Amino acid sequence: MVEEIKIETENLNVWFDSIHALKSLNIKIRKNEILGIIGPANSGKTTFLRSLNRLNELNPKYHSSGKIYIDNQDISKSDVNLLRRRIGMVFALPIPLPISVFDNISYGLRMQGVRDKKILSQAVEKSLKAAYLWDEVKDRLKENSLKLSGGQQQRLCIARALATEPEVILFDEPCSGLDPISTAKIEEAMFKLKENYTLILVTNNVKQAARVGDRTAFFLSGELIELNKTDQLFTIPKNKRTEDYIMGKFG
Amino acid sequence: MNLKKIREFIIERLIFLGGMASIIFVILIFAFLLKEGLPFFRIYPLKDFLGGRFWYPISEPVQFGIKPLILGSLIVTGGAILIVVPLGLATAIFIAEIARGKTKEILKCSIEFLETTPSVVIGFIGLVVLAPFIRKVFSLPTGLTALCGSIMLAIMSTPTVVSIMEDAITAVPKVYKEAALAIGATHWQTIWRVILPAASSGIMAAVMLGIGRCIGETMVVLMVTGNAAVIPKTLLQPVRTLTATIASEMGEVVQGSEHYFALFALGIILFSLSFIVNLIADFFIHKGVK
Repeated sequence: MVEEIKIETENLNVWFDSIHALKSLNIKIRKNEILGIIGPANSGKTTFLRSLNRLNELNPKYHSSGKIYIDNQDISKSDVNLLRRRIGMVFALPIPLPISVFDNISYGLRMQGVRDKKILSQAVEKSLKAAYLWDEVKDRLKENSLKLSGGQQQRLCIARALATEPEVILFDEPCSGLDPISTAKIEEAMFKLKENYTLILVTNNVKQAARVGDRTAFFLSGELIELNKTDQLFTIPKNKRTEDYIMGKFG
Repeated sequence: MNLKKIREFIIERLIFLGGMASIIFVILIFAFLLKEGLPFFRIYPLKDFLGGRFWYPISEPVQFGIKPLILGSLIVTGGAILIVVPLGLATAIFIAEIARGKTKEILKCSIEFLETTPSVVIGFIGLVVLAPFIRKVFSLPTGLTALCGSIMLAIMSTPTVVSIMEDAITAVPKVYKEAALAIGATHWQTIWRVILPAASSGIMAAVMLGIGRCIGETMVVLMVTGNAAVIPKTLLQPVRTLTATIASEMGEVVQGSEHYFALFALGIILFSLSFIVNLIADFFIHKGVK
């Protein structure tokens, strides 16, 4: 079976001033997979994610070389706002906007100019269901989203990312501030999302990558050290440094 | 007791005194104003003072109606705020969100430079450049009008307003901006719908402090507003403000006369006005912190 490639990078280098954050990265990400990315702090995991939706460009010190292709299109040539609609992102800390649950989720659509109440409420329901949050908040849509619990807020952010119907969803340590039950719910949501989306999960929690990822990539100091099927990477790592990291010897 | 402890004690007391000094000064100023100003109301009714339409401090019979002065202050300040708020907000957004590198540095420097420009210089420019221009454009008998004062005050209060607004915008957590952008909002949508609402309390504080700055400013308005104590109907009339009245008349007033006390009563009004404005600004600042 030939896997369809969703995202491909070609000699991607990223610098912040003189700091070389990503070094000649070549990586292929398949459609409808969950790619886990692990690695110690400052290994370039988040930088990689933020390269994909071009959020790095907000940093005036940022410059890069190399190419990123999504569906074989060079993303540097596409409109940045359209690109970001295709690529949802969920951040480490839940960042609900201080407005109602409904408004939060329909925010992206409203920004695109969708005004039809019916379309909006359908999109809200669909996204909340996909993020496993609908049952908990269906009677609280008008409430301020800051009243939700941390785990609910994070799933709200996932639903918000889903509402604009992206193709890829980037998760930047989405469970770092959550309790185990909330984490389990978010992981469950990810499994379900995989059917329709391509997911990239950056995590500091090695076990989470092992639980959720179809394949796992190990980053170290801006380099991709190893990329393999998750069970293989965790059981028979090819690289000594990968082994050391997943055994907890450093990081 | 050892030497170290004594030194520590003395230093602490000195710092405490330094901190208290500013509070004590404010209280003393207010007490002095009250002491010199309140007796005026024993000889002149408060109602005529606040509601009177004419300020004739040295004619016979004297009239101390400050309505034209209060309205003069308000119209000049109001005009200045109408100019400075949109302009300052645009500048602050540009500096905080759009300008990068050199442009940003140069802009910030020049605005700081404007802050240090003496008000008499700004007044002078208003007098010789702006006033004749206004006279020509609107074909008026004189260009020394409320409008001229408003424009010069707007220029003068720009640094205060811009720097506070810029701080407020910069203080909005970066994550909000990133979250909005990551959903696919454009930069402008993010600024308008996410960043500005999040910075609104700081922006309001900047507006209030700008108002405070304009109400209290003396030299510029004294030089460019024409100083006619009449109730203003439009921005194109000469007006006289509370501050300009005190500044121009205090020098030649007979100490201890009715006029002298009247000027202190004016001071009380002015002090209360800027105190209230600052209080409101403070309210917005603390609302933002929470």
